[in-house]
Amino acid sequence: MSPDINPLDPSAPLDPLPGHTSRGRLERVLRRGEFAVTAELNPPDSANPQDVYERAAIFDGWVDGINAVDASGANCHMSSVGICALLTRMGYAPIMQIACRDKNRIAIQGDVLGASAMGVQNIMCLTGDGVQAGDQPGAKPVFDLDCMSLLETVRIMRDNSKFLSGRKLTTPPQVFLGAAINPFAPPYDFRPYRLAKKIEAGAQFVQSQYCFDVPMFREYMKKVRDLGLHEKCFILVGVGPMASAKTARWIRSNVPGIHIPDSVIKRLEGAQDQKEEGKQLCIDIINEVKEIEGVSGVHVMAYRQEEYVAEIVHESGVLKGRRPWKPETTPTDALVAERLEHLREGVEENQQQMAEAAAHHPH
Amino acid sequence: MSDPKVVTGNAQPAKKAATGAYTPANVSPSRRARHKYTVRLWAVRNSRFLEWFYNRFADLFLTLHPLWNALGYNRVERPVTFIERHVKGFLFDCRMCGQCALSSTGMSCPMNCPKQLRNGPCGGVRANGHCEVEPDMPCVWVQAWKGSQNMVKGDAIMNVQKPVNQSLRETSSWLRVTAEAAARRDAARKETQR
Repeated sequence: MSPDINPLDPSAPLDPLPGHTSRGRLERVLRRGEFAVTAELNPPDSANPQDVYERAAIFDGWVDGINAVDASGANCHMSSVGICALLTRMGYAPIMQIACRDKNRIAIQGDVLGASAMGVQNIMCLTGDGVQAGDQPGAKPVFDLDCMSLLETVRIMRDNSKFLSGRKLTTPPQVFLGAAINPFAPPYDFRPYRLAKKIEAGAQFVQSQYCFDVPMFREYMKKVRDLGLHEKCFILVGVGPMASAKTARWIRSNVPGIHIPDSVIKRLEGAQDQKEEGKQLCIDIINEVKEIEGVSGVHVMAYRQEEYVAEIVHESGVLKGRRPWKPETTPTDALVAERLEHLREGVEENQQQMAEAAAHHPH
Repeated sequence: MSDPKVVTGNAQPAKKAATGAYTPANVSPSRRARHKYTVRLWAVRNSRFLEWFYNRFADLFLTLHPLWNALGYNRVERPVTFIERHVKGFLFDCRMCGQCALSSTGMSCPMNCPKQLRNGPCGGVRANGHCEVEPDMPCVWVQAWKGSQNMVKGDAIMNVQKPVNQSLRETSSWLRVTAEAAARRDAARKETQR
């Protein structure tokens, strides 16, 4: 059994370790120096918990954390709090995303406490896309905090046991704090400094935007290493398969912040099976970025191609034989099941006989 | 296009769409009264001069502290706010958040960002340096980074800004900064006298 599982209850937090801020699996994996893999759960448009479990089951045994997105692209879906509530129940390690677009500081601080109480160990602080990008552009954009002040708010709650107002918390939320980076958008020379700012505000790990331009990312990482930032924070590179050249072109012109070089589109276009090529491209990029110094893991965003995550992770060999957690039955579960079965059979239990049997039970 | 002049202004989604820019739903979440960025961009280009000028100006305001005190900060609040709104409104498209961060943001007002980011650009900045939400507006933070490069204390852009205190909106940050500086000065004086 892996050391990252609570032997009593997989959904319970792990034992605290020195130097760890959270009691979750992801932080342990990263701090041990292992190459971490995270993935993004496509949030369902339904009120059925089974939909969430089905979508999470695809990642079983392949990822160390599952991102529960907070209305990504400003499109309405099941909330990240709800998804996290369901996932933590089953023992998964969700990374709860909080976007500043929809909630003000009062709601956010309340959600952080609630999430931590449910067993969420990782929180990712984002600014969020503008409302105009989504399916309800008439919504009021909130943006009360920005990602930086959100990071700082959660850090203050965790480290100082205080709300932003200074009011005391009786139990602080023990969470591992994450943020997002996008090295592929201007102003390019400010981007590494912005990461430094995020680290100062409290980021302990970062996940990047889709990386399709490895030379550009290498350049960014060089600057990051010069600033010594890779030692203060775990950097996970965002990767993902492209379904076709057409999709890539659409994403490039319609989704803000994703930079796809022409060479990538050309490669996809030239392929016989574009879907297969997209997957291969993703594996190639993983193999390239994993060698860059300072990269601690990958974040696989396979939107609507979640079934390929296992294959991509397997073929790139980044786990090096390590098997991340997957839901498994514990010995106690079997005992309970057996007992329930026994009761169902309607066998009458005689207390005296049972005591007799126990007394003569050979030890 | 025959007319090389790019159509500016935010409340013209149809024209915006015609330029081929990204216009998701023909809606701008934060409609703007201003539609020209010329003066704003001038301020960023001349951020070093404006920084120098502001330092002189802040000193002047501080020397006038006894006057403000005699008149009462509450009583001068309204006229000073009026002047501040119009001067900074013209120069920076000021949004009167009441807690000015211009000297930390390269003289580019961060409240003009549709997401009102005060700590740096979001990940959605277009390759041409324009805003994700307002395709015809140069990203406030791309400008801020440029402006801060010219400034003596440009490194202030690295400071993590606190969340905006919404209760200070529409108040004068000049007076607040002056009052705070005066309080600090008095405290320091008391310290030395002891």
